[in-house]
Amino acid sequence: MKLISMLSSFMIPLILFYIIGYGVMNREKVYDIFIDGAKEGFRIVIGIAPTLVGLMVAVGVIRASGALDILAGLLVPVGKLLQVPVQVLPVILVRLFSTSAANGLVFDLFKEYGTDSAIGLTASIIMSCTESIFYIMSVYFLSVKVKKTRWTLAGGMIATLAGVVASVLIANRMLS
Amino acid sequence: MLNYIWAFMIIIGIIVAAFTGQMETVSSGILDSAKEAISLCIVMLGVVGMWTGVMKIAEETGLVRQLTRLLMPILRLLFPRIAGEEAVMGYIASNMIANLLGLGWASTPTGLKAMKALNEIHKERCKETGEDPDAASDEMCLFMVINISSLQLIPINMIAYRSQYGSVHPGLIILPGLIATAVSTLAGIIYGVYKCRRNAKKKYRSGKERT
Repeated sequence: MKLISMLSSFMIPLILFYIIGYGVMNREKVYDIFIDGAKEGFRIVIGIAPTLVGLMVAVGVIRASGALDILAGLLVPVGKLLQVPVQVLPVILVRLFSTSAANGLVFDLFKEYGTDSAIGLTASIIMSCTESIFYIMSVYFLSVKVKKTRWTLAGGMIATLAGVVASVLIANRMLS
Repeated sequence: MLNYIWAFMIIIGIIVAAFTGQMETVSSGILDSAKEAISLCIVMLGVVGMWTGVMKIAEETGLVRQLTRLLMPILRLLFPRIAGEEAVMGYIASNMIANLLGLGWASTPTGLKAMKALNEIHKERCKETGEDPDAASDEMCLFMVINISSLQLIPINMIAYRSQYGSVHPGLIILPGLIATAVSTLAGIIYGVYKCRRNAKKKYRSGKERT
């Protein structure tokens, strides 16, 4: 746990050190470039703000209505089978279709159980190692009008499942 | 797709609330969630702005281009049949680097270009071999699987979310996330390469029989 925490703490400073150091060595105006890039980042966040409002409201409705608890109740056997905390299962399911909607569910878990609880950690790691399969596939394959996607879905599912299993194992390891 | 999911979530939620008598919580939930979305955006403005700023430096100084070049030998192993096609390989490489660095929005345009180029190669090939041009080629499938398996090295958005929701150590998930991402990507690549090799062998054999 200590090692994970330490190595994790090193990553971002190390990346900044390397990139900015490289820029200075090449005599680039690093600060001006940074400001330009940060502006782009601002535009991106502003761009996704409406999506976030829409999806978080939807998650808020589902959550407050108790529908999510009913779903989690139905999923208890699946969770036992996969050794995944049952509260995380809806996240995995929604994750396949939409990142923002899955994020909405994760925020809910953060509020309910805390970011650093077993559930919070598992959900955080799962979100970091998976993608929205159906969304990506539809965007890319539609763009070239390919109708038969052959083994793409199977491959994507295998990758996602491997990531979920790894996330659960790692999160359990971190807390034990 | 999202049109259905979004509408489904809200409509189901309201119907369930009518049965469970939770209409009051739903009503305040709607307003609270909308407000929460914006306070989250404010935190993200800082973190995402910092990240894209630093990554812009990596881009402008040529660091990203160098990384792309480093990736090429691996890509040649993964896509042996199109290894000679410089343009496609370039698009695939820059798409993967953008994904690795967490620049998702920069990865989609190059990814779509890669897909388009792969499709053109595939259509040409179909004319010769009589394969189905409506079906994805093995290269397209493998490219998609790698893309889907998530390549992101630093989950910067998740770190921002964690700090917003009061984590004592938002960055704690960096190393675990890295390991899990490596596992998922490897699993996808192993399956994909196995599929590609098997299909290539099958085609080779049927080609032999024909001659």
